[in-house]
Amino acid sequence: MLKSKLFDKKRLDITINRLCHQLIENHSNFKDSLLIGLQPRGIFLQNRIIKTINKVLSIEVPSGYLDTTFYRDDFRTKEVPKAKETFMPYLVDNKNVIIIDDVLFTGRTVRSAMEGIMNFGRPNKIELLVLIDRKFSRHIPVEPTYYGRRINTLTSQKIIVNLTEQGFEKDNIWITNNE
Amino acid sequence: MNKLKSKHLLGIKDLSIEEIELIFDTAKMFKEVLSRPIKKVPSLRHITIANIFFENSTRTKLSFELAEKRLSADIINFSSSLSSIIKGESLLDTINNILVMKVDMIVMRHPSAGAPHFISDKINASIINAGDGTHEHPTQALLDSFSIKEKLGSLKGKKIAIIGDILHSRVAISNIYSLQKLGAEVMLCGPKTLMPKFISEFGVMIENDIKKALKWCDVANVLRIQLERQEIKYFPSLREYSLYFGINKKLLDKINKDIIIMHPGPINRGIEISSDVADSKNSIILNQVENGVAIRMAVMYLLSLNNNQ
Repeated sequence: MLKSKLFDKKRLDITINRLCHQLIENHSNFKDSLLIGLQPRGIFLQNRIIKTINKVLSIEVPSGYLDTTFYRDDFRTKEVPKAKETFMPYLVDNKNVIIIDDVLFTGRTVRSAMEGIMNFGRPNKIELLVLIDRKFSRHIPVEPTYYGRRINTLTSQKIIVNLTEQGFEKDNIWITNNE
Repeated sequence: MNKLKSKHLLGIKDLSIEEIELIFDTAKMFKEVLSRPIKKVPSLRHITIANIFFENSTRTKLSFELAEKRLSADIINFSSSLSSIIKGESLLDTINNILVMKVDMIVMRHPSAGAPHFISDKINASIINAGDGTHEHPTQALLDSFSIKEKLGSLKGKKIAIIGDILHSRVAISNIYSLQKLGAEVMLCGPKTLMPKFISEFGVMIENDIKKALKWCDVANVLRIQLERQEIKYFPSLREYSLYFGINKKLLDKINKDIIIMHPGPINRGIEISSDVADSKNSIILNQVENGVAIRMAVMYLLSLNNNQ
């Protein structure tokens, strides 16, 4: 199995820092904004973003998290993991929602997330922030508003995300070829 | 574990502890869905469900129907009093006629024990037992255990007394299976005439004195006196039953212990339980009804994962 590194801790910190500054540019004081991390790994990324913004602006950015399992269209044909917790302490009415996930691949998770979010009200707008955007693999016309890194991948390739929050010793993100 | 082993839910007897825990974990997620402004998910929009009730039901039928609607399933309702059953059609013919209309899942209540098991061998659709005679009522037991777990955190080592008409109760049998699998101790309490003959083989304690049962237990699950199933007199009068086995505030005050009160409904107020107990702060009777929808959503959602006809 061929494996090449996309992110180590240093590079990940720099990218998250940059993404946070892009968010601050567009949302200034985050008064009408709401970050929504997608279960499971989108939440880890979201927590790092909240921490970084807090360091820069000294504010607590409003946030929640969403599990998309019940909104998926492939749950009966694919092995779908057990449903996880959703926590939405705010209604999304008139909010500028930012969906946060680690990897954007086919776009189906984001589609189901948007459907889920609409069940909590009518947002003013929805943006999408991902760490890795896998180009040329979309099944649905979904594009990220913010991305950490955009890469060309084959469908057979896999992105492996290992973060310290998951119990790994170091942050590492790899792309692998399944031979 | 992400899936149930079977595509049917016929009874608690066949479920493993892991499967019960999976249903509880999924129900917890659905309970959150039910608190949203839009209480609906599209998970079962490809599925058609028939609710086939050969016996009267209010709560169970409404609860299943609401759960199905919250999951976006298409539903048809059927009750035997309005159907061709009275014209002499057999159970299998009725079911097969419904199935050719492309039904994926059947929720069935039937007065004969084993009716859903009989049907499950012969059809492709998933079957959920919503009560078969005096045999099992699995979703009721699941929601009862789920409600206790929600209140006490765990069932391990907890003492649960099931009080009342055990002989005619499918809720009691399913509850015994479910509670024992989850590590609780079970005591049955009621008049000797309403205690099934070989019930001690389930490994439960039997008690005929309600005071002793209440002193022992953490939770009292009070069952209804099922007069409609009693062809002979099992006790002299309702008044006498109420005197010896009815739970009221005075009795609970004497015991001076916080006991959680449950009842699967419908309640005969003033007979097996008095209003001041049914409506007290220790009663979780309405939580049971609320949790019923989430449990049934979880069961139908999980069974649909195994139903790829």
